[in-house]
Amino acid sequence: MYKIEVKNVSFVYGQSTPFETSALTDVSVGFEEGKITGLIGHTGSGKSTLVQMLNGLLRPTSGQILLDGKDIWEKPKEISKVRFRVGLVMQYPEYQLFDDTVRSDISFAPKNMKLSESEIDERVREAAAFVDIDEQILDKSPFELSGGQKRRVAIAGVLAMKPEVLVLDEPAAGLDPRGRRTILGGLCEYQRKSGTTVILVSHSMEDMALYCDNIVVMNDSKIFAEGTTSQVFSRASEIASVGLDIPSIAHIANKIKGNGIGLTGNLYTVDGVLDAVLREMKGGR
Amino acid sequence: MLKDITLGQYFPGNSVIHRLDPRMKVILAIAYIVAIFLAKSVFAFALVALTTLMLVIISRISVAVVLRGIKPIIYVVIFTMIINLFMIKGEGEPLFSLWRIRIYEEGIYRAVFMALRVIFLIMATSIFLTYTTSPFSLTAGIEGVLSPLKLIRLPVHDFAMMMMIALRFIPTLVEETDKIMNAQKARGADFSSGGLIKRAKALIPILVPLFVSAFNRANDLSVAMECRCYRSGKGATKLHKLKFSALDFVSLLIMAIFITAIVLINKYVTVGFSL
Ligand SMILES: Nc1ncnc2c1ncn2[C@@H]1O[C@H](COP(=O)(O)OP(=O)(O)OP(=O)(O)O)[C@@H](O)[C@H]1O
Ligand SMILES: [Mg+2]
Repeated sequence: MYKIEVKNVSFVYGQSTPFETSALTDVSVGFEEGKITGLIGHTGSGKSTLVQMLNGLLRPTSGQILLDGKDIWEKPKEISKVRFRVGLVMQYPEYQLFDDTVRSDISFAPKNMKLSESEIDERVREAAAFVDIDEQILDKSPFELSGGQKRRVAIAGVLAMKPEVLVLDEPAAGLDPRGRRTILGGLCEYQRKSGTTVILVSHSMEDMALYCDNIVVMNDSKIFAEGTTSQVFSRASEIASVGLDIPSIAHIANKIKGNGIGLTGNLYTVDGVLDAVLREMKGGR
Repeated sequence: MLKDITLGQYFPGNSVIHRLDPRMKVILAIAYIVAIFLAKSVFAFALVALTTLMLVIISRISVAVVLRGIKPIIYVVIFTMIINLFMIKGEGEPLFSLWRIRIYEEGIYRAVFMALRVIFLIMATSIFLTYTTSPFSLTAGIEGVLSPLKLIRLPVHDFAMMMMIALRFIPTLVEETDKIMNAQKARGADFSSGGLIKRAKALIPILVPLFVSAFNRANDLSVAMECRCYRSGKGATKLHKLKFSALDFVSLLIMAIFITAIVLINKYVTVGFSL
């Protein structure tokens, strides 16, 4: 069952001006409930555009977005309700910070949802904990924080809505490996605890392999491939043809398999391949 | 979308007007304004109307675009028309009178002439300056026209530089506003309901990040300029040096003939109403 589904959606920026660009052409794809789906594609392939359709920031030029099977644009006046159900963290979200303290910035969305004072407080603390922002930082000004901290505060600002679907547009872009692990690991843990449907846009195949259940590959305003992580990574040569690369370890696993050694299981993370190789060696003896 | 407003102004093209030197375009635009205000009789106005139409045709800008450009000032035009209509006292009998309102023939003519003046002025200046000239060559043009003022130590180059930077950053800021608005909408911000105070308050989450980023950008830009030893134009040479061509001189000549024609019509064609 798809939690959110994109049906024959096309989108054109600057329609009927000299600057018309088509960003999506007849895209259909579904995102499974309670799973982490990775969305990958080279720069300009239309990922951010697609993702901004999911919570109604952009309205499809044609086609439909179905949330739990219902068109989100059925009642355009109630689109803001959809935005609380589908939380979107935009690309480079640091610039959205505006309030005096980190605490009040994170509570911006819950306040807009008109929750009670105590509920807001609870949610702020919870959201901050998931992205590893401690109590001390909550009372600082968001403008005093480091880039990575700002990013995490911005993500917490969306987590505090407790959305049914959480969409993140390159949440780890431009961070060091440890920063990436903090953010993505925190999100993974959040997903496991809450069962939220997560859609994660990323450029990094390694991150995808570590954190995603399913993968959707975009190319040139269209869906190029979709499936479970292992299905998609077994199609290495096709993926290479659109300028993307599967994780190095998956290359190695594919080579080993190519030599007639049957590896099984998760073949796209270092740990997974190590397990498979060890199992094969034991089985062989 | 917000973006369409600023990007919609310059229409790249290769018409005769596009190819004129931007300095000449500034001069021509000023001359055209003078001509419009010199026109005093029905026939002079007819000539202005004809040449304005010619400008539209030569520039190959679509008529719809030019008309859309007039839309924002339509209220100003209507307002001046009404003022003229009721305030002008003519010599003969009023055409219409009710209570203390009297409308004279002169009032009607004057109202129509005023409206036409404003409309032609907007059409002509936007064709010369905004529709056919990119913001950068426009700045270069203005700098060129004002450069004699350097003799009396006015920092013309600095003004031009400031204007250029401001123009350069308009699309960037618009784009950024768009992005920030989207990010706040995604957090449930509502910009379109509630009273005046509530709406003004709703702007804070947009304005604060916008100013923060504008100041950061300004700071970065000034550091970058200093790192490249920018010294406000002293001894600087230009990448695209402006040069007048034969086309520019011909256009100036045509403009001179046009103005002379208007003056002569005002003076010698005495049929019909004149201001
Ligand atoms: N606001 C806009 N106005 C006009 N065109 C746009 C706008 N935003 C994106 N585009 C165009 O739409 C296409 C898709 O852009 P999009 O931002 O969705 O790509 P992306 O896959 O997110 O790329 P990246 O990985 O660089 O973030 C690009 O060709 C881009 O130039
Ligand atoms: Mg993007």
